[in-house]
Order: sequence, then structure tokens, then C-alpha cells
Amino acid sequence: MRGKEIIAMLLAGGQGSRLGILTKTKAKPAVSYGGKFRMIDFPLSNCINSGIDTVGVLTQYQPLLLNKHIGNGVPWDLDRTSGGTAILQPHQKNDNTGDWYSGSANAVCQNINFIDEYNPEYVLVLGGDHIYKMDYSLMLDAHKQNNADATIAVIEVPWDEASRYGIMNADESGRVTAFVEKPKEPVSNLASMGIYIFTWKYLREALIESDKLHTDSDFGKHIIPLLLEGGKTMFAYKFTDYWRDVGTIDSYFESNMELIATVPLFNLYEEHKRIYTNSPHQPPQYTGENADVRGSLLSEGCEIYGTVINSVLGYGVKVHNGARVVNSIVMENCNIGRDTVIEDCILDENSLIGDNVTIGVSVGDDAQAVNELRPDIYNTGITVIGEYSKIPDNVRIGKNCVVEGVSVYSDYDCGLLANGRSVIKPVLM
Amino acid sequence: MKMKAIGIVLTGGNNERLGDLTSVRAASALPMGSCYRVIDFPISNMANSGINKIAVITQYNSRSLHDHLSSEKWWDLGRKHGGLFVFTPFQSNDNNLWYRGTADSIYQNIAFLKRSKEELVVIASGNCVYKMDFKKLIEHHMEKGADITIAAKNIAGTDINPCEFGVLTLDENGIVADFEEKPFETESRIISMGIYVISRLLLIELLEKAIADDRFELVTGILIHYRKKYRMSAFMFDGYWSAINSVDAYYNTNMDFLRHDVRKTLVHTFPHIESKPKDEPPAKFNHHSESRNCLVGSGTILNGKVVNSVIFRKVFTWENSYINNSIIMEGCQIASGCVVEHAILDKDVMVTAGRHVCGTPGKPVIVRKETVI
Repeated sequence: MRGKEIIAMLLAGGQGSRLGILTKTKAKPAVSYGGKFRMIDFPLSNCINSGIDTVGVLTQYQPLLLNKHIGNGVPWDLDRTSGGTAILQPHQKNDNTGDWYSGSANAVCQNINFIDEYNPEYVLVLGGDHIYKMDYSLMLDAHKQNNADATIAVIEVPWDEASRYGIMNADESGRVTAFVEKPKEPVSNLASMGIYIFTWKYLREALIESDKLHTDSDFGKHIIPLLLEGGKTMFAYKFTDYWRDVGTIDSYFESNMELIATVPLFNLYEEHKRIYTNSPHQPPQYTGENADVRGSLLSEGCEIYGTVINSVLGYGVKVHNGARVVNSIVMENCNIGRDTVIEDCILDENSLIGDNVTIGVSVGDDAQAVNELRPDIYNTGITVIGEYSKIPDNVRIGKNCVVEGVSVYSDYDCGLLANGRSVIKPVLM
Repeated sequence: MKMKAIGIVLTGGNNERLGDLTSVRAASALPMGSCYRVIDFPISNMANSGINKIAVITQYNSRSLHDHLSSEKWWDLGRKHGGLFVFTPFQSNDNNLWYRGTADSIYQNIAFLKRSKEELVVIASGNCVYKMDFKKLIEHHMEKGADITIAAKNIAGTDINPCEFGVLTLDENGIVADFEEKPFETESRIISMGIYVISRLLLIELLEKAIADDRFELVTGILIHYRKKYRMSAFMFDGYWSAINSVDAYYNTNMDFLRHDVRKTLVHTFPHIESKPKDEPPAKFNHHSESRNCLVGSGTILNGKVVNSVIFRKVFTWENSYINNSIIMEGCQIASGCVVEHAILDKDVMVTAGRHVCGTPGKPVIVRKETVI
């Protein structure tokens, strides 16, 4: 039987709950990044740029936007007669049973038939929520050279952060001797990037076995240890370029902001290793007579009449006269009213901000107040406005605040929302 | 509603009045409004009006058009039925001629007409910038019971010279009483927009007669020739429309995109004008850049100052550069200390440090593709 040498399985089912309301109605890989992209564009583009033309995308949590974004794979040249992109949702089986994906490995295990269809020698397993450019074909070369059964991409992290990651202990040749999830006392600082190449026949066995042993079969927790116990050859593949896990509000914000440096750490502008996205063709960016745009990224269709400094703007954002957007991420189709000030904010898609509003400038006595509802999520001073929100004229919203849905002036105490407070209203799309 | 028309886009011949701009491309392939090409407008108009079988007939310098039209996907024209066809002259047993005129160019592809089943044909020029709902044009054609409908514009009160166009004289019912091509002088202020609706079978018949008679031009050889014989109705259009037939028209039309009303009609309201996507990252405005009243394409990185200009994609400007009243096409690089004023820089021009490229108001200087200054 003829088959593909390698196919990719992209795990895109996670919620990403630490991104708060940004992932309320969309899976984390569908969250927009760098103005015009969505997180999943990075692994998908990496696949096609690495010569991988078959990608199974495993979705589960809030998949609508993700499915629409991927469509038939055209933007990534992944519309193929054989292969291309396939959306793999949890599904009913022929004995009338059907389960949600209970873990990363369980999700792949439930789609063994999909993989067998292509009869691949190797399977690349990826996450859908990391920002990086990587040539997986080089990793595959290493996998073959090492005669490995599994190869795991790793990146050096600072020693004091190592206990937050899955850590690989490897010998000098790069051969993995042990894998420890979030070790208290790490003996290595090589963190797993959640990118694996497996020789399919061994992965296939392990998936089935692990699924019998565990109800939440997971790559890091179960498959890797199982393969190691079984004496399989496992190598670490060291990656040294830009890679960011943007799983928290703070890391998401920082990574976006890194793009606006004059010489950014992560270059989206190089001709090769292009990142593709599903962009309906959009009109050009316009800066008005009195516009002041500096240190910022503007996506197609933006119309700027006010000031935009150190900010990343998505498609079709309008910044009206006298408005000031500073140190903020403004996602597509937001509208910033006249004389409104936006500082240290994330505005999710399609939000309408009224005139003469202030958001993200301290309100109240406690300048350090973290969010009352989710102090674990909103605690670094960034205020987040949910998608399709509407904020009335003349209100002032502080730091670490969350506003969601269509709010009116009376939802604010004398027009004020103190640091750390929230306004949650129904969303009208 | 099932569409009963097919489309033909004529990309026209060499145009001396566009000078160096068309030395490397057909007028229809000229870059426009920071991220479009002129032909995106007629093709999108057709696709958005439900015409899903479109022939683009091209002869002169067609490489960049072919490149641009290499996939039908972007206009949603990649269909099992219909699609986008690009016809260039070809050799056959009984013919090895270049197109001898617009009528001849359609005639040489008459199989496209004969094999179609749709009742009507919409013919449009490929070098005009406008947004029109061809469904309304077709409705008008049916309502008026016309043999041929010509989209027309009243240019009274504008500085458009009617003598550069086909000029119509209409009777009180909007029926064409007379039609002159580029007359020496005229009283009429109604000009043809180069957009026609005609029944497919009538077009086939008239083309066959015209070619047998050595009449090779659509306007003079068919429309004007038969203006008294057939009932020709004018469909009056009052939206934005610009024909790219001279350097001035090219410059001014690009600059029109800096007007809010023009952007609103052409590119910000539904249905949208589609183009071949280039997947450029967002435009980057670095810390010392300044940009006022400008269009800036994606993939462009600005470090200098730009004013009243249309900047296309992938342009790079260094600090202390100054661009004013200019059109800067894709891939240009403007080094430190440069001044570019009243200029049209074709693709991939490099202006090295400290150089000045200055035209005068109303007479922009044109710098040819890939020039290093």
C-alpha cells in the first residue's frame, strides 16, 4: 500500500482557560495574534513550509471559528486531492458509543483510522497554540539519523522556570533517559515543546495500550513514559529560535508586543518561511491627516485618524479623531470612538468603544487591585474587553478590569469602573 | 436567481499615454490603490453580480496579468461550472494572427461564446476603476427590451474630456440616437463606459459579419456601425468611475483612494473587491516614522515620513526619508535622506541614500521598474 511518509496531527481542542474571556467562544488556537493571524496559522504554515501536506486537526472545545478559519485549507495550500487538512471532531462509533476526547493521546487514539488511511511511516504531533517557525523536515531528518522511535522537540528554559514545564533528561548524544512533568528539582532545563515525531507503528501500539490503562491518555503523562519503559529509542531535538507559549494573558500580551520592536526577535517579514492565514482580501491601511502612528502594526482595512503607539491592530480597526491607543492589542473590526483613550488593553474582536471613554488608566484607590472574579487570570494590570462588547460614551474603566457584552452607562458607578472590577453583560453578536 | 449572462473582460492594447507604466504590463494589470490591480475591479464586479463564467482576453504584455489571474479561487470562480478563462492569441490551422482589434479578439475566441448556454454577454473594459452591480445593468437591458445596452456616464461638471471616449447622444427615452468614438469635438456630455450587454446569439452573428467585412473593432466596427439598425439603450451610472488611460488618470485615481468617500464606496462597503492575496504581515510603523493622509500596504515597513501618498506592499523606508504626493509600488526601497515628491515609483525601485526624485504638481516623474537611483 502506498502511503505518505509523514502526516501531522494538530491538537487544537483545548480551551486555554488561562486566557480568560478571550477563549470564551473560541478555542485557544483560534485566538488572533500579531494583528492578522490566528495562533493555529503558525503550526499550519510550518507544516506546509516543511513539506507536510496532510494535517488532521483535532478540535473539540468551541470549534466553530476554528473550523471556519481552516475551511478547506486553501490559505495554506492545504487543499489537496489526497491529504490536505481534515477537521477531526469527536464522533459516534459504530457500536453507538462515542466519547469526548479525554486527553491528547486519547484524541489521536480515537482517530487511528484516519492515520491508517495514509499509511504513514511517521506521525508528527503538534499543539495549535504556540508561536514559532520551525522546519519539521529537519527534525524528521534527525529522527531518521538517530534511528529513533520518538523524537521530542525541546527548548532551553531558564533554570528557575524549569519546574513549570515537562522536562527531558537527556544524555550527551541527546538520547532521552527520563521525562519528568513539572519536576520540583529539575536536573535538566530542556523543556518539551509539545512537538513530537513518532514512528507510527510504535506510536500506534502505545496509543492503544495507554488507552486501556488510562481514561485520560496524554502524550506527556502517559505515552512518553510508556515508550521509555518499553525501551524505545527516544531523542531530544533542540530548538533554539523564537518560541513562545502564549497561554496566559501576560505571555500573550508580551509576545504580541515583541513584534513591534524596530528589530523584532520574531520576524514575520522574511520571504521564506511565510506565515499564511485565511484573510478575506481587505482594503489597504489608511492613516489620516492628523494621525500619529508609531511603533505599531496595522492590518488591512485599518482607518486611523487618531494616535496609535506601541500597539498591534487587527483587520478593519477604526481609531477616530482625538482617540489614543497606547500599549494595546486591538483585534479585528473594533471601533474606537472620538477622544477615547485605550492603554494596556486587549480588545477582543468586534468591540465598539464609545466616545470620550478611558480604558486601562487607573481608577480608584487601589492601584494594584487584581481582578475580583478571576485574580488568577487578570493580575498584571492589563484590562480585557470581550468580543462583541459595547462600551457607552464617557465611562472610565481601570486596570485589571474585564468588560463583556453590551453595557450601558448605568452599569458603571457614576461612569467609573474601579481597578479589578468587572462588568459582565449578555453578548449580542 | 440563476445568472443568465457570461462575462468578457477586454484588457486592451498598448496605450502610449501610459508611457513607461505599461512598458512592462498591460494597463489592466497596473497596481492600484495600494493593494489592488485595475482588473480586480471589473472581475470582482462580475463575480459579485453572480456572473461566474468570465473570459479575460489579453494580448499585450500579458505575463503579469497571467501571474495575477493564476488562480480563480480569489474571486470564488474556481467552479466545476463556469470559472475564469484567460485567452491570449493562439495559432491554429487556419489562423496565426495576433488580435487585429477588440472585435477580432472576441471572434478568435468565439468558441467560448458558442459553447456557452447563457442568454446574455456582459462585455467590460479591463482598465476602469469602479464598482457596479451588473445585475441592475442586466435588469435594465431586459426592461428596455434593448438589443444592446451601453453603460454610460454623464460627465457634465467634471474635468473629464469627452473627446477621449465614446460619446453618446440619447433620445428622451435613453435610447442611443448617435454614437461617436473619440470625436474631435462634441456637445454631448454622455460618455460610454465601455461596458455592454448584448444577447449571446446576436453577438456571435455580428462578430461573424464584422470579421467577414474586415471590421475588427468592437466600438467602431459593430456598435457604431449598427447604431441605427439596433435598439441601443444607455444605462446611466452615477457612482465613482475612472478610466486608466493616461499617466494623469493613473496618478489621480490612486490619489482618489485617499478620499474617504471613494474608499467607502469602492473598498469599504459590501460587496468587496477581491484580489490575489499576498499573505503579507501587517504594515509596520516604526518608532520614528510619520504617516499622514496615506495608504500603506501590508508588508511595508516605514521608518521615515510619508505624506499624501499611496504606498503599496513590501515597501521599506529608512529614517529621515521623506515621501510626498507620490505613488510607491510594491517592493521599493527608499534610503535615508531621500526626498521623493510628485513621483510614481514602479515596482522594486531603489532610491539610494540622499537622492532626490522630484516631479512637479500635475507632472509626476515616473521611475521604471527595478531602477536603482
